[in-house]
Amino acid sequence: MTASLSAPTQRAAWLEQWLSQLPAASGALAAVQQRGRAALAQQGVPSSRSEDWRFTDLSLLQALPLAAAQPAQPTLDAGGSVLRLQLDGQSDPLAGVTLPAGLEVLSEAELAQGLGHTLAATACQQHWPVELNQASATQVLALRVKSRASAALELVSASAGGMLPLRILLVLEEKAQLDLSQLIEARAAGLVSLVIEAHLARSAQLRHGLVAFGQNDAALFSHIAVEQEPESQAALSNVAAGWGLARHEPRLVQVQGQAHSFLRGLQLVGGQQIADTHSFVQFSGPEGELDQVHKAVAAGQGRSVFNGAVRVPREAQQTNAAQLSRNLLLSDRARIDTKPELEIVADDVKCAHGATVSSLQTDELFYLQSRGIGAEQAAGLLKRAFCEEVLRALPEPARQWCPLDQLELESA
Amino acid sequence: MLLEIRDLHARVEDKEILKGVNLTIRAGEIHAVMGRNGSGKSTLSKVLAGHPAYTVTGGSVTYRGENLLELDPEQRARTGVFLGFQYPVEIPGVSNLEFLRVATNARRAQKGEEELDTFAFEDLVRERLQVVQMDPAFLDRSVNEGFSGGEKKRNEILQMALLDPLVAILDETDSGLDIDALRIVAGGVNQLASPDNATLLITHYQRLLDAITPDYVHVMAAGRMLRTGGKELALELEERGYDWVDQELAALAAAEVA
Repeated sequence: MTASLSAPTQRAAWLEQWLSQLPAASGALAAVQQRGRAALAQQGVPSSRSEDWRFTDLSLLQALPLAAAQPAQPTLDAGGSVLRLQLDGQSDPLAGVTLPAGLEVLSEAELAQGLGHTLAATACQQHWPVELNQASATQVLALRVKSRASAALELVSASAGGMLPLRILLVLEEKAQLDLSQLIEARAAGLVSLVIEAHLARSAQLRHGLVAFGQNDAALFSHIAVEQEPESQAALSNVAAGWGLARHEPRLVQVQGQAHSFLRGLQLVGGQQIADTHSFVQFSGPEGELDQVHKAVAAGQGRSVFNGAVRVPREAQQTNAAQLSRNLLLSDRARIDTKPELEIVADDVKCAHGATVSSLQTDELFYLQSRGIGAEQAAGLLKRAFCEEVLRALPEPARQWCPLDQLELESA
Repeated sequence: MLLEIRDLHARVEDKEILKGVNLTIRAGEIHAVMGRNGSGKSTLSKVLAGHPAYTVTGGSVTYRGENLLELDPEQRARTGVFLGFQYPVEIPGVSNLEFLRVATNARRAQKGEEELDTFAFEDLVRERLQVVQMDPAFLDRSVNEGFSGGEKKRNEILQMALLDPLVAILDETDSGLDIDALRIVAGGVNQLASPDNATLLITHYQRLLDAITPDYVHVMAAGRMLRTGGKELALELEERGYDWVDQELAALAAAEVA
């Protein structure tokens, strides 16, 4: 196969070309860029022999333009009362913006100290998509939510093609609360890379909803790394549809346990699309809680991958973790790979996990049809119902970004 | 003539269940079909509604002069055939209110009536809720999800009240109901019966027929109608049980062999 990244020489050639077209390292992140580029040159592009990438074919990358992205305006209404920041990877998202009370920009010293800390704590600083982001990101949105403050933000990005790296660092002080609604749209061939780090101090609460709509010739890599101190709550929800290739990695560590983690994911694939979620939750202390539901809808020849790692070491007694993977298979040529990966050493814990794969239920369809609802509309209602549980978990602005038609799939 | 079933044969997978059903239903009539488990009562109702698991292998069903068996399930419903399910299906994530509105509008469109918007529909549904004395809170829940047996059956009759069918087939609507729920459900059915429509009650027991008086009672056995009579036939069944059915079937089989 000439046009794929299956051969080692092609992966090397692609990477070399990608690295060579990057502008010289510069600005506040120059050192990070240099380290990322060196690391990429060292580790190369993952192959399907690597367990973490076994089911996820990266061939699409070969066809993508490499130059920095053309900024574009997201297709959104004017928005409501929540402050909206445009992230385009180039211009300053905070130019001319007055941040609401309780939100502050991190100082350079704090940035130098904090950047990469949570990536290391969640053991993903050397992940390939993270290095790709570090090698190319020229700016970072770095914000603090002050102790006891409560804030909400919208972050929106649209790509009109090329490479769009987005990097975010969030520090939530004690009892701080942040609701973050994030939209990523790809409207032309290209690659979007997102890396978020968030540190939640004691009793802080972060709610993040990521809605990402792509197209067949666009790829998305996202890492959301969260460190949780005791009593903190992290709720991460993710909806991805339409990407030729999407890889999402929520990674959480409860540094001393006693925190609450809530994960909801929904990925939709049709045509030849691939969507892959690799989640990772580490309990490094007792009495931590996890409530995780991942859903996938696969139509056409689409392919969905879920790998849910949960680590419960000896010190994590009385952990209460539940993970569920639910999959809707709409075509006999679509494919679902789902795998829980529980590593439990502590002996006094509750760790539930489960996975289901089903098609639309004949009895449910017939019930709707027997009330005069056409077969196609009935199928649409049932698909929407399947997605509803995840959509409901999104913060309000993000939920508004998920109209029914965006979630419709070609079942061809 | 609303519905005419002639020599209807049907199977599920490889098993023949209906073996020559004949039944004629006119406007204004209430029919009851009684019979033991496995006699084919529920299969008859599902075949009439167009359930995909059942295959018609012979005979005909004519509904208002048209071949009912040619229509998709949704077309049957839109033209006025309603099946009240023995086990109404739970559909998590689909709002009951939205479901009722989409269904009602599909039926209205068929009748040439205008589509009801959210507000107009809410007015209508609140009025019809009274037919089954149902709490409006059930509208905000998912279709049948977590409903008790009685609540599910009331929701079925609510759908019937909204869809205004010409032929309502109620499959064991009385099963799993306590006496109060039975009274409410039967009251709803009586209220909806008119000279223009017809009702086909499928039931095991006499008790539903104490509350809804049928014009005809049919006893079904081994996939066909064994006997037809008036409401007194139901009382006779209640007294004598179904054992005589076996004797009649045996006699019938003997006659067919000879």
